[in-house]
Amino acid sequence: LFRHPEFPMHRVAARVCIVGGGPAGFYTAQNLLKLHPTVHVDIVEKLPVPYGLVRFGVAPDHPEVKNVINTFSKVANQNRCRFLGNINIGRDISLGTLQSFYNAVVFAYGAENDRELGIDGENHRDVISARQFVGWYNGYPGDVDFNPNLQGNTAVILGHGNVALDVARILLKSPDSLSKTDITDYSLRQLRNSCIKKVYLMGRRGPLQVSFTVKELREMTKLPGCSPVFDPADFEPIRASFTEIPRSRKRLTELMCKTAFDPPKQESGEREWILKFLSSPKKVVTDGKGALHGIEFELNQLDGHGRAIGTGKSVFVQCDLVVRSIGYKSVCIDPDIPFDDARGAILNEGGRVQKGLYCSGWVKTGPVGVIASTMNDAMDTAKALLDDMEQGEWPQRKRDEDLADVLKGIHHQVVLFENWEQIDKRELEMGCTLGKSREKVVNIAEMMELAFTGYLSK
Amino acid sequence: RCFSIVRKPVKKVNVTFIDRNDEEIKVKAFVGDSLLEVAHANDVDLEGACEGTVACSTCHLIISEKHYDKIDEPPSEEELDMLDLAFGLTDTSRLGCQVIVTEQLENLTATVPKEHRDMRSD
Ligand SMILES: Cc1cc2nc3c(=O)[nH]c(=O)nc-3n(C[C@H](O)[C@H](O)[C@H](O)COP(=O)(O)OP(=O)(O)OC[C@H]3O[C@@H](n4cnc5c(N)ncnc54)[C@H](O)[C@@H]3O)c2cc1C
Ligand code: FES
Repeated sequence: LFRHPEFPMHRVAARVCIVGGGPAGFYTAQNLLKLHPTVHVDIVEKLPVPYGLVRFGVAPDHPEVKNVINTFSKVANQNRCRFLGNINIGRDISLGTLQSFYNAVVFAYGAENDRELGIDGENHRDVISARQFVGWYNGYPGDVDFNPNLQGNTAVILGHGNVALDVARILLKSPDSLSKTDITDYSLRQLRNSCIKKVYLMGRRGPLQVSFTVKELREMTKLPGCSPVFDPADFEPIRASFTEIPRSRKRLTELMCKTAFDPPKQESGEREWILKFLSSPKKVVTDGKGALHGIEFELNQLDGHGRAIGTGKSVFVQCDLVVRSIGYKSVCIDPDIPFDDARGAILNEGGRVQKGLYCSGWVKTGPVGVIASTMNDAMDTAKALLDDMEQGEWPQRKRDEDLADVLKGIHHQVVLFENWEQIDKRELEMGCTLGKSREKVVNIAEMMELAFTGYLSK
Repeated sequence: RCFSIVRKPVKKVNVTFIDRNDEEIKVKAFVGDSLLEVAHANDVDLEGACEGTVACSTCHLIISEKHYDKIDEPPSEEELDMLDLAFGLTDTSRLGCQVIVTEQLENLTATVPKEHRDMRSD
C-alpha cells in the first residue's frame, strides 16, 4: 500500500517525532522512512547516547545481539532522519509543546521502572532489583554507583525470565570470560572479588509457565564450572503431557526435563544454580543485627488455568543477596498521556493513542518480548500512523520552527548523531587500550564533553 | 596481468521471495550465498538484525515444502532454539541467514512471514 509515492504531497513535508532512541524508536523510524517518500523523522532521546536497552540491557556476553546497532546507525544517517539526544520529554519539554512542532508524536520510551514485590523487608540494602544490577554492569548513568554486595555465598533471584538468567549468568560466569566484552571495567573488578557460588532461581509457577527461552537456558546448562541443579520431582508430572505442548515451548520443556533427569556431567562443579518452582516470596528475614538472613516463601499449587494458588505452607531459603526480577514497567512521562497504570503501558489500539499520537515497543506492549518482537510491533505502529496520515486525519503543525533550533536558542545542548559518534569513537578507543570491545563512558557530563569536543579535559 | 585472474563462474538459481505485502519477487541467487544475502542483494524487505550470527530470528523465512528437505544442512540446535521464538513458525521455517543456496534449490520459494503477535507464547 505504501510502497509507492501516492501520497498527496503537502507543501511542507510532514514531521514525526519519536520519543525514545531504543529499538522501538529506530525500527519505527526505519519503517516510516521506508514506507513514505517525504516524511521527516526526529528521534528524541533523553540520554546523550542512543540504543536504549541494546546498550543498557542486553548482556555484555551477547555481542551478536548488539549487531543490530549497525542497522540503527544507518537509519540515523538517512537524509530524512535526525537523532536528537539529551532531550528529556516530560521534563525538558512537555508533550503539548513537543506536539506543536510536529504533525505526529510516537512514544517509544520503553519501560524504565521495575515491578515491586510488595513484601516486608523489600527495601533492605541487599534486596536489589535486576534492572539496577543490569544497569550497573552495563554502565547506565543512574546505576553506576549501585555497588551490589557480592560478599556472601548465596544469591536468590526471584523470577523465571531471560533477565533473571542474564543476572544469574553474570553472577556465576568466570569474570575472565567477560574481560574482553563491553562490560564496565568497575563492575568487572567487583565481579572478580565476588564470593557468590550458589544462585537460586525461584518462580511462582511451574515449569510450563517459565518465560525464559531455550537458547538462554541452554547457555546456562553449559556454563563451565557451574552445575544446574533441577529437582526431577518438579518435572515428573509434565512428562506425561508432552504431546500437548506447543512447538515454541516443547524444546524448552525437553531441555529442562533432560537437565533434571540426566544432568550434564561437569568437571569441578564448584558453583551451582538451582531452579525452583511454585514459590511466592512472602517475607525478607534479617538477623538480629539487621543483616540479610534469607527469604521466606509460600508454596503454591497451580489451578486448571496455570495460576498460582497459595497452599499456606512455607519454606525458608537462606541467602546473602536477593535479586528481584519480576518485570519492568513503564512510567507516565507526561500527564497528558492516557496511561494504564495497572499494566504499566500507554492505552492504545494497534499503536494508535489518538490521531497524531502513537506508541511503539515496550511502552505499548508492556515489557515483554525480544528485539524481533519489538521490530514487528514497530511495523504495525508505522502503518497505523501512515494510514491516518493518508486519510488526512492529522493535526497541522502549530509552529514553523525546528525543535532543535529552538532548544539551541535557549542554550539547551542537543546531541546530534555526529556528536554521539564522537562518544562512540572514544569508547572504542578506550576499549582497545583495555583489550575490550568497548569501554563505556558512564557519566553524563563526560558524555556531553566528548560529544562536543571529542576530548575529555581530565 | 589482472586479466589472468580467472574468476570461477558462479552458478545461479532461480529463487522467488514472497514479501509481507504478498508480492512475488523473482531473483537469481548465487550458489554459496545465504538466503539473507540474496534477499538483501535484491532489496527484498527482510531484516537480519544480528547479521547472521543466529541471535535474533528476524531473518525467519518459510521455505517451499518441496525444497525444505533439499537444503544442504538441516537446522542446527542453535537455529532451532532461535526459530522457537519466531512469529508464525511453520514446519518448513528456517533462518534465512542459515540457508545456503545450492543447485538443488532451483525454483525455491521463500515467504517472509506476516507478523502474528498472538502466535507467541506468553
Ligand atoms: C536486561 C535485558 C536484556 C535483554 N536482552 C535481550 C537480548 O539478548 N535479545 C533480545 O532480542 N532482546 C533483549 N531484551 C529485550 C529488548 O531490549 C527490548 O525488546 C527492546 O529494547 C525494547 O525496545 P524499546 O525501544 O521499546 O525500549 P528501550 O530499549 O528501553 O528504549 C527506550 C528509550 O527511550 C528513552 N527514554 C525514556 N524516557 C524518555 C523520555 N522521557 N524522553 C526521551 N527519551 C526517553 C530511553 O532512554 C531509551 O533509550 C532485553 C531486555 C532487558 C531488560
Ligand atoms: S540474521 Fe539474526 S538469526 Fe539470521
